[in-house]
Amino acid sequence: MRKRTRSRPLHPWPLRLMHWLNAVAIVTMVGSGWQIYDAAPLFGFRFPAGITIGEWLGGAIAWHFAAMWLLVLNGLCYLLWGTLSGHFRRRMLPVSPRAVLRDLLLALRLQLPHRPGTYNAVQRVLYLGVLALGVLIVVSGLAIWKPVQLAWLTDLFGGFAAARYVHFFAMSGIALFLLVHLALVALVPKVLWPMIGGGRVEEAVR
Amino acid sequence: MSVQIGRRSLLGRALAIGSTTLLTACNYDDLQHPDLADRVLSAVSRWNDRVQAVLFDPAKLAPIYPASAITRPPRFNAYYGADQVRHVDGATWKLDLFGAVAEKRPWRLQALRALPQESQITRFICVEGWRVVGQWSGVPLGQFLRRIGADTRARYVAFRCADGYYSSIDMPSALHPQTILALDFLGAPLTPEFGFPVRLRIPTKLGFKNPKSLVALGVTNVYPGGYWEDQGYNWFSGS
Repeated sequence: MRKRTRSRPLHPWPLRLMHWLNAVAIVTMVGSGWQIYDAAPLFGFRFPAGITIGEWLGGAIAWHFAAMWLLVLNGLCYLLWGTLSGHFRRRMLPVSPRAVLRDLLLALRLQLPHRPGTYNAVQRVLYLGVLALGVLIVVSGLAIWKPVQLAWLTDLFGGFAAARYVHFFAMSGIALFLLVHLALVALVPKVLWPMIGGGRVEEAVR
Repeated sequence: MSVQIGRRSLLGRALAIGSTTLLTACNYDDLQHPDLADRVLSAVSRWNDRVQAVLFDPAKLAPIYPASAITRPPRFNAYYGADQVRHVDGATWKLDLFGAVAEKRPWRLQALRALPQESQITRFICVEGWRVVGQWSGVPLGQFLRRIGADTRARYVAFRCADGYYSSIDMPSALHPQTILALDFLGAPLTPEFGFPVRLRIPTKLGFKNPKSLVALGVTNVYPGGYWEDQGYNWFSGS
């Protein structure tokens, strides 16, 4: 029997829209977050003013507490869409430690093939990891914002001061992901256009 | 209320251009002429005021701490340095009352001290991100408002300070049992640095909503703003 194929967008439009809204939200949250951090640094350094957003603490907080709505609402839409459309089930799962190790070794030897429409195991674990960090950064942010009304949540993180550290390290993890993410786009630039225009991919019709 | 939003940074500028293409070459520092981003951020900040008013539970108490948790030495904070603290004369000081208050007779320090006092060891969280624990005692604001015949259905309680600072809070927060007109700090009368003779102590809000060295207190339905709030800090700033 002849195998029939049909073409579908590599990245469906809801995914593309949410990806770029998230990009705006993340850049705004991180940039304003750095400015807020600078008002009471947790470590022996400050972020240079040139890479922060808001110019002063009041401006940074205004940006941070505006972009948080975009981040959270867009993130909830993404989780809902990813679950209902089967995106998570089909693209992100399964992911086994063995497969991650195999693909990581291949990637480091630059032998990992790029198959459009399929995430390799390293991609899967990185995407799932950054999603978990996204949840963690929102929840720790709530614990910092409302340490009285949501005192139970703040206590869950070990108190207000500890929640600030969790929030900071979650940001660091997301920033690290972004570095890898952007480095890979720079390395394989052809992946950029489908995230804008959608791209096409052939798949077998079942 | 307007927000003074600077975008000197390249990143911020790129973002602002990306998100609001209608931006014109406004003077960002001119509070009287806020640009589009300023107006959008101010509108979101007012929305956040409403969300926080809904999240606020009038019966939810701020965490209380043991005496061993008190931060020593206490941390001074103001919009000026410790060497510029204004000294108030307790003998001539009085607290003026204004707005929707039945009995506008000013209050002397001895009269406030004669009222029932409450003590608390609570956490003080600064908008900057640091926090300290301190012990304050004084007159619960809710009891004081009822005593002076204030209209507790009004929206705001406003405060004016000896150093020109001013702030305001919502009525439900003003009536919260832990909101007090503090007279003592760490077991002794307030020092000038920490708000002699009377300061607001409200552990359900950020530090800058705890004005020091009060000289006037009023009840109003007209949004009173505040020293930092008028420059862009979120007004409700609840914890």
